[in-house]
Amino acid sequence: MQIDITVNGTAESHDVEARTLLVYYLRDAVGLKGTNVGCDTTSCGACTVLLNGESVKSCTVLAAQVAGEEVTTIEGLALEDGRMHPVQQAFQECHGLQCGYCTPGMVMAITSLLAENPDPTEEYIRLGLEGNLCRCTGYHNIVAAALAASQALEMRQ
Amino acid sequence: MIPATFDYVRAGSVDEVIGLLGEHGDDAKLLAGGHSLLPLMKLRLAQPALLVDIGRLRELSYVTEEEDVIALGALTRHHDIATSPVTLSSVPLLAHVAGQIGDLQVRHRGTIGGSICHGDPASDLAAVLLALGATFVAQGPNGRREIDAQDFFVSFFEVALRSDELLVEIRVPRPLDARWGFEKLTKRAQDWAIVGAVAVRSRSGVGVGLINLGPVPLRSSAVEAAVVAGSNAAEAAAFAAEGTEPSADFNGSVAYRQHVARVLVRRALEKAGV
Repeated sequence: MQIDITVNGTAESHDVEARTLLVYYLRDAVGLKGTNVGCDTTSCGACTVLLNGESVKSCTVLAAQVAGEEVTTIEGLALEDGRMHPVQQAFQECHGLQCGYCTPGMVMAITSLLAENPDPTEEYIRLGLEGNLCRCTGYHNIVAAALAASQALEMRQ
Repeated sequence: MIPATFDYVRAGSVDEVIGLLGEHGDDAKLLAGGHSLLPLMKLRLAQPALLVDIGRLRELSYVTEEEDVIALGALTRHHDIATSPVTLSSVPLLAHVAGQIGDLQVRHRGTIGGSICHGDPASDLAAVLLALGATFVAQGPNGRREIDAQDFFVSFFEVALRSDELLVEIRVPRPLDARWGFEKLTKRAQDWAIVGAVAVRSRSGVGVGLINLGPVPLRSSAVEAAVVAGSNAAEAAAFAAEGTEPSADFNGSVAYRQHVARVLVRRALEKAGV
């Protein structure tokens, strides 16, 4: 079936099977490989993308379900002049990653969290990231990056 | 993991849904947020021939306040229930529990109606709605009918909806001057409850719900009766395992789960002011 989704501001239209999961629509049909498949069971959050600005796990959404809507992936976060998004920048500055596999999902989840609460506490960040697993660095620097990003976003506004 | 093939229809109205269900019967499955159904389909534990996507029926997403009742559209997402000013002020228990389901990404997609119709005995919301004495509104070809939460959960993953009906609304009697407790034992924050308990005490009485203690979500009439008869929390909680049939697995034996049920019911009752 023909499925139209706006991905990172670009209208995409691809003929895929009805059973195509959003993550495979993004990776295989659109060709954006930044969104990772981790557990494939709605647990780890590596496949997190934004659907109309809110974080969702794209391994548990059919592409057909979101036809006509707006999806943002890690590739769509950078600013128009090519600079990194404040959340990405904060990950670099705070060393919020080691192997990097969970990172796209973490960055998208934090972007959604900060959109809902621009002035978060550490507890809010930790609770808000319960759906994103990191198996190497632990979470300390990821949480630090989220808090740094909230301050950077606040200064930008 | 990829689901088996299916035909997909996006429904534009409740009437269209009922028509499709009438035509296709048990071959059709309704898809709301998909956070119970899609994982089952990916594991091929469910292989519906037709998926009727009701996720865009925006008219079924609302939280409204009536005189004695809080009405929730079946497609209201957990995140919306957790953050709605109506639930936060009138049924904070419901907001609290909705805000603990899965994780934020799950709550951005999962719906109260989808969760209830899935009929999972480990559902937090089902036990809470039992304790609150909620009513479920089903719509079929002959109009609407109301089903008591008590009568809704028929057996393991089976609910009282007919094959041509869909759940459209959940009605929660406004608890007056309620105090409540919600307790769940999990190994990780985002997990399903190994055992859970909820207690509500209000001017209209006491309600106790049990999570994952049998093939269906349970309301503990034995504990409720003990509270009504004047027992304190510890005395009443001694009845918490009565009528339960938990399964045993790597998380614990039957006896362990029944013990935890008594502990969690006591804590929930204490928080509810019993």
